Amino acid sequence: MNVGYYPGCALHGSSNDYEQSLRACLETLGLKLKEVNGWICCGATAAHSLNNKLSMALPARNLALAEQDGFKQVFAPCPLCSMQLLKVREAIADEDVRRELSQVVEADISGKTEILNLIQIFQNVGLDHLKAAVKNSLSSITAACYYGCLLLRPPKIVQFDDSEQPTSMEALLSVLGAETVDWSYKTECCGAGMTMASEETVLSLAYKILNNASEHGATSVVVACPMCHINLDMKQAAVERRYGKKFNMTVYYLSDLVGLALGLSAKQLGIDRHFVTER
Amino acid sequence: MSNLSVPNAKTTPENPHLLPGTLPKGIHNPNHRDDSNAAQVALIETLSKTKTANCYKCGKCTAGCPVSEHMEIGPSQIIRLLQLGNVDKALRSSSIWQCVSCLTCSSRCPKEVDCAAIMDALREVSLLQDKVNPQAQQIVTFQRAFLDNIRRNGRLNELDLIARFKSTVALRTREFSFLFKDASLAPQLRRLKKLHLSQPRSKDLSVVDRIFARCTEIEK
Repeated sequence: MNVGYYPGCALHGSSNDYEQSLRACLETLGLKLKEVNGWICCGATAAHSLNNKLSMALPARNLALAEQDGFKQVFAPCPLCSMQLLKVREAIADEDVRRELSQVVEADISGKTEILNLIQIFQNVGLDHLKAAVKNSLSSITAACYYGCLLLRPPKIVQFDDSEQPTSMEALLSVLGAETVDWSYKTECCGAGMTMASEETVLSLAYKILNNASEHGATSVVVACPMCHINLDMKQAAVERRYGKKFNMTVYYLSDLVGLALGLSAKQLGIDRHFVTER
Repeated sequence: MSNLSVPNAKTTPENPHLLPGTLPKGIHNPNHRDDSNAAQVALIETLSKTKTANCYKCGKCTAGCPVSEHMEIGPSQIIRLLQLGNVDKALRSSSIWQCVSCLTCSSRCPKEVDCAAIMDALREVSLLQDKVNPQAQQIVTFQRAFLDNIRRNGRLNELDLIARFKSTVALRTREFSFLFKDASLAPQLRRLKKLHLSQPRSKDLSVVDRIFARCTEIEK
């Protein structure tokens, strides 16, 4: 499979444990990650908040670079990067927009590249194939699958799962032998990029998510987003201090759990580099 | 039947500019700017590619908004302000900066009003017209520092962003304790190998700079 890899800034920064997890897990499944040559930031929340044109141009440049590398599919493990790429891909279906954006980013874009999130990567591997590859069944795990915002929204752009009642992560975890809980905050927001800009917002939203997961019997939360992980894992101690409640909730990247089931160690997957350590 | 139809996000015949959602010419130039209420509403609707008249006030956006309880003006009220032509009040509100861009409002709207895109448009114009609510200064400082960082590095350099963001806020507010807030996280980040003293830049920085220039140029 000729899949390009668009890591995005977080995975080369403080969320490099996510990249470690991905690489270890996907290599075990025979998928080598080849980075899009010369990729740049997608502009994230800052661009779409302050400069709409820039929020179209930066992902457009990355789509063009991926095409130059000959990738038919690009894997973007950060849901914000992934959604921004999909949004631009949809916009350039309009020929005038496509031509103008190509000029702005100094490269031709056809917009044919398929963009994949982490769950789709595993779905493409195939649940049957994964089931057959399981070495350690995760029967000790009771997890709350947390989808957050941009894996699912806007539904017209991302066209993935059910935007209100998603089940794709649960389907994956059940193949790995893990138990999942029904809970109410699957698709609620964690505050995303407000971690530094508005800490109170993040603390209050992360508290509701951790609390609801805990009340529904989960002992861990599973995410497929670097920002969700930062807000639920790195900020968990601050949430506990702010609201006077201990959670001790392990926050796994989805690839951590797939990797563990495939027989990789917590150290190989970078699980020992999370803030909240496994209980 | 036509007045019941939802707006088509892809065609904006009233917008003479090719790239959907880009600012009309002259918007950066105060001398050429039309500050009338009608022009301001048109500007927000063009940028957000959404028709505020389609909103029939069901309140679903506000009900599902994770931060509406902290907003002085909730999402549906912001749209109502636009319907009434009072764009200035929306532009000067802190609510537009409290929005976390989770897109729940837009996804659930039965009339396909893209409320999240309206929030983006209001933020962009608020900054452009120098109407940012004083309470939102810290958020704006962060977003601007982020974009400045990307322009210089192509990819985010986290330490550089933290240093510039914190020093700008501390200098403005004269609260120097802000510099050391969360500093206790640093040793732990270092131990977990999540803190990078240097981060590689993107390889073609001149292209990045030109893209920024084209997206921010002052049009006469």
